[in-house]
Amino acid sequence: MIVEFGHFAFILALVMAAVQTVAGLGNKPELARRAAITLFGLCLVAFSGLTWAYVTSDFSVINVALNSHSLKPMLYKISGVWGNHEGSMILWITILALFGAAMALTPTFTDPQLRQRSIGVQGLLSLGFIAFSLFTSNPFLRTDTPPFDGNSLNPVLQDPGLAFHPTTLYLGYVGFSSVFSIAAAALITGRVDQAWARMVKPFVAVAWLALTAGIALGSAWAYYELGWGGFWFWDPVENASLLPWLAGTALLHSLLVLEARGSLKRWTILLAVIAFTMSLLGTFLVRSGVLSSVHTFATDPTRGAFILALLAFYCGGAFTLYAFRAPALKTLRLFTPVSREASLVANNLLLIAMTATILTGTLYPLVMDALNLGQISVGPPYYNATVVMMALPLLVLCGIGPFLPWKRPGRWTFKNALATTALITAAAMLFILGRPAMQVIGFGCAMWLMTSSVIYLVQSNKSLKSISLFLGHFGMGIAVIGMIGTALWKVEDIRVAKPGEAFTLGRHTVTFEGVKDVEGPNYIAQEATVILDGATLHPQRRWYPVSDSDTTEAAIKLSFLDDLYVVLGENDGDNWVLRTTIHPFVSLLWGGFALIALAGGVMLLYSLRRK
Amino acid sequence: MTPRARARLMSILVVVLGLGLAAGFALYGLSGKITYFHSPTELASGALTDKQMTRQIRIGGLVKAGTVVREGDTYTFIVTDNASDLMVTYRGVMPDLFREGQSVIAYGKYDNAEQIFAASQILAKHDENYMPAEVKKILGPQK
Repeated sequence: MIVEFGHFAFILALVMAAVQTVAGLGNKPELARRAAITLFGLCLVAFSGLTWAYVTSDFSVINVALNSHSLKPMLYKISGVWGNHEGSMILWITILALFGAAMALTPTFTDPQLRQRSIGVQGLLSLGFIAFSLFTSNPFLRTDTPPFDGNSLNPVLQDPGLAFHPTTLYLGYVGFSSVFSIAAAALITGRVDQAWARMVKPFVAVAWLALTAGIALGSAWAYYELGWGGFWFWDPVENASLLPWLAGTALLHSLLVLEARGSLKRWTILLAVIAFTMSLLGTFLVRSGVLSSVHTFATDPTRGAFILALLAFYCGGAFTLYAFRAPALKTLRLFTPVSREASLVANNLLLIAMTATILTGTLYPLVMDALNLGQISVGPPYYNATVVMMALPLLVLCGIGPFLPWKRPGRWTFKNALATTALITAAAMLFILGRPAMQVIGFGCAMWLMTSSVIYLVQSNKSLKSISLFLGHFGMGIAVIGMIGTALWKVEDIRVAKPGEAFTLGRHTVTFEGVKDVEGPNYIAQEATVILDGATLHPQRRWYPVSDSDTTEAAIKLSFLDDLYVVLGENDGDNWVLRTTIHPFVSLLWGGFALIALAGGVMLLYSLRRK
Repeated sequence: MTPRARARLMSILVVVLGLGLAAGFALYGLSGKITYFHSPTELASGALTDKQMTRQIRIGGLVKAGTVVREGDTYTFIVTDNASDLMVTYRGVMPDLFREGQSVIAYGKYDNAEQIFAASQILAKHDENYMPAEVKKILGPQK
């Protein structure tokens, strides 16, 4: 009954999205606002209805039968709601409606016409995706012959990471819908100015903050829990999340120019459209089955065609609107090549070039395959040779830009700051001379950025704005040091270990004690005891009887300097294959990204606080 | 030049520079750094040039039932596309979903003389109902 209630609410949501669209794009501002808030309420009811089916293990609901199991722990019953295509679409749509409601309610939206139009465009987005969900992937459908028990959730996904990674990521991915809607609305109203920049900023900040956190959480999940032994693989779907992040980062910076100087209007609008286009492209890649990746859902051509149609309609529509309306948004504020504007333009240039390069690498194999030109894959070597080469100058630039004044450099007051930075960087680089050139250069760029960020903060007025800048740039520097550290000093040992065998790895001693059987709530496992510098670790090999599948649970010992990672392989009697890896400075990587996300948080704070 | 014309020229230069940069890097990257996928049949027919053999490639197919042998931490097994067989060696811990009779993709180098593929990475699929697009293609309509 409760499930039918959710289903009904979801159908009503389709109607309400239509109301929101018509009212917002027509001339009923108050109705549009109420519809947006109601739509969010309806989506919440629908989402709760489906969650209820999962919590109560109602296997007459096909989606639950296919993806849940009565013996699954409660946490995974709930997070299993979005561990499959249909359920995750409901989450997607609920977040879409959440941003619609936020537009209707936020007090920072000072232009009523812009608000109304934005809500209208957001309604149009909701309409398309609710229709997609209802007609091609409805999770509320029942079966007449409910199975005795469910198929269970893929054991790889039975992990607390599933509760946080997709939700945060979607908040960011879908959050850019609001930025898209506000940009499209601005093209309709024809008003893009400093006030517009202030209105869109909180939305950009939320979406960017969530996307940053979502990507970092996914990366951490792959590293710590899934035992992939790394944090980034240039997997097409990982790239799909990086694309809107890079475009969003470019947007964040061009918005600064628009806000302070009133220039880069058209470019900023274009970036807003591109950022969400990248989100939709990611959605298409994940859900259409064109890619083979660990992230993709079961394939179904009709779904892919539907999403492609939505993508073409929304993004094609926005670009067409842009083509017609953008020429009216002219600005002419001149600036010299050495100015804050110029440095931010260069930043945008590099970020968009990186976006284009990653996009090319991600789509190239698909195009080649479609044209029957051979099956290829584009992996880390491509991205290392291209993206990294563009990221390094960007890091250096990040360290200079904040010192430059707007418009033109009056006096070169920033000379001393940069000279100090250069000196400290050179001193730091002495420590790692003789290492591979790329890593020395990367380390230098990161040190440069960190040092200059600290000097910037000391010299600044310590406003929230400068703190946000500092956190973002400093965090990026730290993260890069972490990335280089793991690449530079990673040590791995694979051996067949006898019980009681001890060995040393780097500065650590490892003792393999032996393996015993243990039993979990819905699995049985072989669990090793490994003593690592006095601490006891328990890597496991689990077997899930319901789905007859195995998972490897790595055991990890964390410290500030390095992470030790032990994976249990197969056995010959009492002798077990043991893979031990040292990943140095991973903590810096996560710490860096935490600071970057925090920068987004501070930005949100000051963009909401403004009078 | 008027300031307006200069500003326009600047913006055009910037865009051209950006696109050129991206295109240049992408082409450079794609020219030498992509990984080709080959079926066991292609490898058995000796289609690989010496230059291709020095590069990392990807192979895929089904893990032939009953061929997985493990000695300590080293695995050897046969990957088949139902037309030809390919001997694969791998040292390390196998991914969770590596199974006999299931599809697999491996990344590594092929030795034409020995006819052995030395895998540096084994990519097993995410769940048991799923088959990588490449493998599906080479296996053809029978599956």
